[in-house]
This record gives sequence, structure tokens and C-alpha cells, in this order.
Amino acid sequence: MAHDGEIILDVRKLDAGYGAAKVLHGVEFTVSRGEMLVVLGRNGVGKTTLLETICGLTTWQAGEILFKGQNIERLAPYRRNRMGIGWSPQEREVFPSLSVQENLAVVYRGGKWTIDKLYDLFPRLRARRDNYARLLSGGEQQMLAIARALASDPDLLLLDEPVEGLAPLVVQEMVAAINRMRAEAALTIVMVETKHEVALAHSDRCIVLDHGVIVHAAPSAEMLADHALLDRLLGVAA
Amino acid sequence: MSATEAASQAAAPHEAGRDYFASLARWKVWEILFWATLAGCYFFPDIDRMLMSRVIIWGLFAMSLDVLLGYRGIPSLGHAVFFGVGAYVAGFLGKFGWTEPISGLFFAMFVAGALGLVMGKLVQRVTGVGLLMVTLGLNLIVFDFVLRSTELTGGDDGLQGIVIAPVLNYFRFDIWGRTAFWYAFVVAFVLFVVTRMLLKSPFGLALIGARENPRRMLTLGAPVEGDVSRAFMIAAALAGAAGALLTQTTQTAAPTYLSFQRSADVLVILIIGGAGRLYGGFIGAIVFILLQDYVSALSPVYWYFWIGLLLVIIVSFFRKGLLPSVEQLYDRLRSRKSAGPPG
Repeated sequence: MAHDGEIILDVRKLDAGYGAAKVLHGVEFTVSRGEMLVVLGRNGVGKTTLLETICGLTTWQAGEILFKGQNIERLAPYRRNRMGIGWSPQEREVFPSLSVQENLAVVYRGGKWTIDKLYDLFPRLRARRDNYARLLSGGEQQMLAIARALASDPDLLLLDEPVEGLAPLVVQEMVAAINRMRAEAALTIVMVETKHEVALAHSDRCIVLDHGVIVHAAPSAEMLADHALLDRLLGVAA
Repeated sequence: MSATEAASQAAAPHEAGRDYFASLARWKVWEILFWATLAGCYFFPDIDRMLMSRVIIWGLFAMSLDVLLGYRGIPSLGHAVFFGVGAYVAGFLGKFGWTEPISGLFFAMFVAGALGLVMGKLVQRVTGVGLLMVTLGLNLIVFDFVLRSTELTGGDDGLQGIVIAPVLNYFRFDIWGRTAFWYAFVVAFVLFVVTRMLLKSPFGLALIGARENPRRMLTLGAPVEGDVSRAFMIAAALAGAAGALLTQTTQTAAPTYLSFQRSADVLVILIIGGAGRLYGGFIGAIVFILLQDYVSALSPVYWYFWIGLLLVIIVSFFRKGLLPSVEQLYDRLRSRKSAGPPG
């Protein structure tokens, strides 16, 4: 998918973790506006920590994070969100005792994504708008988590394993929605995903993390075609 | 800017959001019936109107705790401080010449609210057991101060010589509780309406969001710490109003108003009624105060034993409180009805 080359996220020599424990070691990468970058790696290598560090939820230790040209590594999470960083976490974290509509309204900021547009993106949510979020299926909760992140009108969306644990049909629905987000709102996406074939087939570039270090970076199509490399880096059968 | 401000600003300009919040704020039939019945109690023959005004005041007090605990998830063991401060401020005003009750009530709310704001700022980073300890500690400090400052507060005897002028310069407080009932009812109703409007808006949703997942609210652009002090301020002002109402309708202010026992009682009332539902406090107050009155008349010596036993039974059968249990039953019946008979 086309992107305009303007760098929206620039991560430089980033060290971060939890308290004194260091998880990320000198991580460096950039993401251009409209681009979709996939972060791959085995379990426990720091993929989620990377997203949480961009959001401001971990302990920053060294390095820089520039978002739209501004240093954000010392900013509070809510300020980063207001600058345009949205996050859909792995655990979904919907507000269980609020309805679908209330989950969206609680952070609704208008902009590119009206409530109607969010329902167009995820029609299942429209049908269940008055239901409590706790009563939704896993796939619907995932849709709600992404829709809620979009409701705050982000320029950069961080998706943490959006299709993990979902039925194949729901995965297709989710992938279609992600593609539509990019096409309609020129959204920049950084996605962590363990289903590498799905992630690589729909993204522009990928980076591979191992023990908190980027060990490989390549265009997604190239990576998808190199089965031997995939096997070596991710431990998947070629 | 706090989470609630952020949410308010966020939703305000958009039609979809406005329509939604308008529908959320619409009154339901049972709500109108509830208030109409409460007002209608005045006309029941042989009703103790002073007792009913006490029920309303406790309901307002429990509703104030609901803003903190039910909506924002902040537990407090010292909520009586705000009630007591409101009561003593209204008492001091009445004692030293400012006898007009409505302005006195507003001033008491203002002082209690300001104290709540300070308290909220102090505890906005404290959570869980720490929060319980801090609020309990504050309660004990203020209670001890009031009890020992005999010259200022009257100590154990309470504040003496409080004079309250007739409401609107016309309705004099009498021993039958006629004015007390309507004064308490109107004040509680107006404050309820205002609180309901606040909680059925983006402000209320942001409070619930922060209660359920503060970390998530942070990453959605809402600085949740600011909401703690706001919630404390609102809850304290409401509790202050309840305290001022009690002082003005009884013309007394006693140190028991801000005792730990009162903090515990209001918590029990809210839990009986059901937290996080606004009406839970009022339902709990109706049950608790009427039960207390009835049982203490039946068994003047052991009445607290019976109250305790009844509370254990109520909470055992209605774990989430009376109102949520009734709601649950209603939802179950409705879904069974809509499902129809098995084919």
C-alpha cells in the first residue's frame, strides 16, 4: 500500500523495560506515514514491551522516541494518545460494565472516525451496541478494542496480536477491517502478531525481535517468501 | 485537563455522542415513581416525618459515597468527615448569626467540597488498602479534633445555640418535621438531578472507565489521577450538603456526625442498596434507617445485634445489594419472556 515517505515514528537506540529490568536493547526503526510495520518474534522477546514503551507504559531507560518529529519518551501516556498514538492491547481490556456504545463514547474524539463509521467498519458492533462489553465474544471484544482505539482519532495505531485466538472467519473479517482502515484513513500501523503469514501478507515491512534486539528487518513480501529465514528467526516450519 | 474534561470535550461537539447521552439521561418511569412515592410518604397517616427526613438525608449521604466508590471505585472509610464538616459549618453559621438555611447549605457544601478537593489531591496516587488507611486516618484526626476542641465545637455535647431561620423566610422548622421533610426532599432531589446529569454524561463514563481500567484510560488520552480529586470534591460537597441538612433540620451538630461509626454505617447502607447505581444509596437508607428505628423500638437493649444479624442475612441473599439483585431478576424475567416457550 502507498505511503508518502514522511517519517511519523522514529525510534532511536531505545532501551526500556520494567523498573530496573531491561527488555529492549538499542532498538532502532522508523515508520512512514501510511505504512504498516509488523513486529515479529518468538514469545517473550519484547514485542509487547515495544508497543507499551511507545505508549508510555514501561520504564524508559535510554534512547529516543520521536513521533511526528517530537520527542515523546518522557511524556505521560495520555499526552501521547492526544498527540495521535492509539493502542489496542493484547488483552483487549474493554470496559466490561459499559455497553459497546459507551465503550466508544467514553473516549470519542470525532475526527476521521465518527461512531457511524466505526460501526460500518465493524458491523457486528452495531448489532450489539447496547450489549455489555463483557457479554461479547472474543472476536467482538477485539473489534471493540480496535474501534475504541480509533475513536480517539489516532494517526498511529499500535495493534497487539489483533487476530490471536480468533476463528478463521473472524480473522478474515479483522484483516479486511485493518486494510479498510489503511485505505480510508491512511492510518499508520505498527502491529505485533504471531500469525506471521497473515501479518506479512498484509503489511509493508517487518522487523524481527530476539531478546529485545532487532535481528532482522525486511520488506514483508521478501520475508514471506524466504521460508528458510522464517524458520531460522521464528522457528516455523518452511 | 482531567479524564472527565477530556471526555466531555471529546463527546460534546458530535451529534452522535450528543444523541446518545441525551437518550442515556432520559428519565425512566420507575424513577419518577420512586420520587413520587418518596414525596407521597409525607401524606401517609401517622408517618414520622422527622424519621423520613432522616432517611432522605442518609440517602443523599450514601449517594455521595456512591460517586466515589460505585462510580470511581475509590473506597473510603472516612466519608463521615465531609458529612461532619458540612454539619458543623452549617451549625457555626446558624450559631453566629447567618441563619438563612439555603445559603448556609451552599456554603457548607463549598467548604466540604474544598476539603474533598484537597483530600483528593493528597490521595490521588494512593490505591487499595493504603487509601482505606488514609481516609480512616483523616476521619480519626478530624473526629478527635472536634471532640477535644470543647470551646470551639462544644466537644462531646455538640454545638449548642444553633438558630435556623424559616426556609424562604416562611416555612419554619417545627417539631413535627413538616418543613424538615420537604426541605430535605427538595434539596436531595435537586442534588440528585444534578448528580444524575453529571454521571449520565461523558464525565460519568470516564469515571467508570477509570474505575474499571485506569491504565487503559491513560492510553486513551485520559489522565485518570485528576479525576480522583474531582470525584472527591463532588462526593464531599454532596456529603457536606447531607450534613448541613441534618444540622439545619434538627438544630444540633454532634461529634458523632463525623465518627468512624458513621463512615461505616454509610458504607453499609450503600452496600445494602447496591453501589454504582445512584439509587442504591436511597434504597439502602430506606431499609437501614427504617429497620434501625423499628428494631430499636422492639429491642431497646440488643437492637444492634438484630440489625447486624439482619444485615448479614440481606447481604448473604443479595450479594451485590438490593437494587442490582432486583435488576438481575427483572432482566432474567424479561429475557425468559422474550425467548418465549420452548418449541
